[in-house]
Amino acid sequence: MSQLKHLLSAADLSRDAAIAILDVAEEMAGVNARAIKKLPTLQGKTVVNLFFEDSTRTRISFELAEKRLSADVINFAAKGSSVSKGESLKDTAQTLEAMGADAVVIRHGASGAAQTLAQSGWIDGAIINAGDGTHEHPTQALLDAFTIRRRTHGVGASAGKGLDGIKVVIVGDVLHSRVARSNAILLNTLGAEVHFVAPPTLVPAKPAGIKAQIHYDFDAALAAVKPDAVMMLRIQSERMNASYFPSEREYSRVWGMDSERLAALKPGALLMHPGPMNRGLEITAEAADSPNSTVLEQVSNGVSVRMAVLYTLMATERN
Amino acid sequence: MPSRTVLTSGDIDRAITRIAHEIVESNHGTKNLILLGVPTRGVQLAKRIAAVIERHYPEFDASGSVGRLDITMYRDDLSLHPNRPVTETNIPASGIDGGAVVLVDDVLFSGRTIRAALDALNAHGRPSVVRLAVLVDRGHRELPIRADFVGKNLPTSRDERISVNLSETDGENCVVIES
Repeated sequence: MSQLKHLLSAADLSRDAAIAILDVAEEMAGVNARAIKKLPTLQGKTVVNLFFEDSTRTRISFELAEKRLSADVINFAAKGSSVSKGESLKDTAQTLEAMGADAVVIRHGASGAAQTLAQSGWIDGAIINAGDGTHEHPTQALLDAFTIRRRTHGVGASAGKGLDGIKVVIVGDVLHSRVARSNAILLNTLGAEVHFVAPPTLVPAKPAGIKAQIHYDFDAALAAVKPDAVMMLRIQSERMNASYFPSEREYSRVWGMDSERLAALKPGALLMHPGPMNRGLEITAEAADSPNSTVLEQVSNGVSVRMAVLYTLMATERN
Repeated sequence: MPSRTVLTSGDIDRAITRIAHEIVESNHGTKNLILLGVPTRGVQLAKRIAAVIERHYPEFDASGSVGRLDITMYRDDLSLHPNRPVTETNIPASGIDGGAVVLVDDVLFSGRTIRAALDALNAHGRPSVVRLAVLVDRGHRELPIRADFVGKNLPTSRDERISVNLSETDGENCVVIES
């Protein structure tokens, strides 16, 4: 396996590298299922969680993954730190470097922040992108792929396999979604077929570097594609500086997942959502709590996948 | 590279049969006996030992008493070696609490693998006793660890390489020493 130093984009992963991480995650899931959920693997290493943007599950998930691998964890939230006194990313990064951080998990509102940190030379450790603006969120893509792979091939029978021939429909705010971008890239890498369904205002005309078919009619797309998994995206009100659709009620009716559309899915199809959900907007409560829904499964798989990423990037010393 | 065969297929079979009997003897029967192989070849050896025990003691359920214990995450040299692949860990469904666990590996050398295996075992439960069976003990221990059941003691120099070949993974059965 080629040596991976950082995880900045889903595009950093070759098919073999992605499958290797998913396979390690499979073993980590075994660790997370037993009574003593702890490995000594990253003993004596320090990981900093650098969160400039709000997050619940990603931050907790990373923290849990780091602790289960016995790393020392420092949580840094921009609020309440010197960033609110005007400290730059550079000075923050150099401070962390001086304290000897072996890896930095960064979430930032600006697209490319993780890339900047990795290429700047300010910091020597591994950089893991935990979401940068509207750009990428590679660990989310890995955990989604892991969830699909586990449901498709079965627990214990997934090792070494890709997602060849699996059809995934990604619905909603594709334009602002780093989850959609990273997912589409990784799904392409793993051999799955990607479809976007969105209002024309919320989907790029020609997504660069992604093989995906674009549909504007949700019902027609479901009928034509017969997807194995449907991924609902969160409407990101905080990134919308213009009105992209007439009203929430209309969005919900035309692009939302409700019990009728749920019933139209083929049996066993996965209904995914990266969270946090806007219940009643892109997904109804009924659909979110249905047996097809993998929302909570995605959260627990997130810990296993992030342990696998940390192991892959950190368990080797580089010269 | 000059190489010579130190154990033939027949030697390996006889060593496994003897180890199987020694294990049952020291355990005063097959009660609570669990064999855990250390990947890769320890797993095959554990299965072979269990098959011999089952043949002589029909009350012993070989398939339900053999597992594999991956120790990659517990190594103390993870930072010195290139990324090692993690493989599956499989503990018998009955668990190891209170059991008589026999760790099985192909070659005992520095003892560091076994130290890691003992740590890994901790995370799965508390056996009443842990023993160690190896096909070849080549010396050069770096830790105070010794094997309870040994197929063959093989004094070697540090630069020599021992390669254990088993039909399941390597297509033939033999132990070869290369210098």
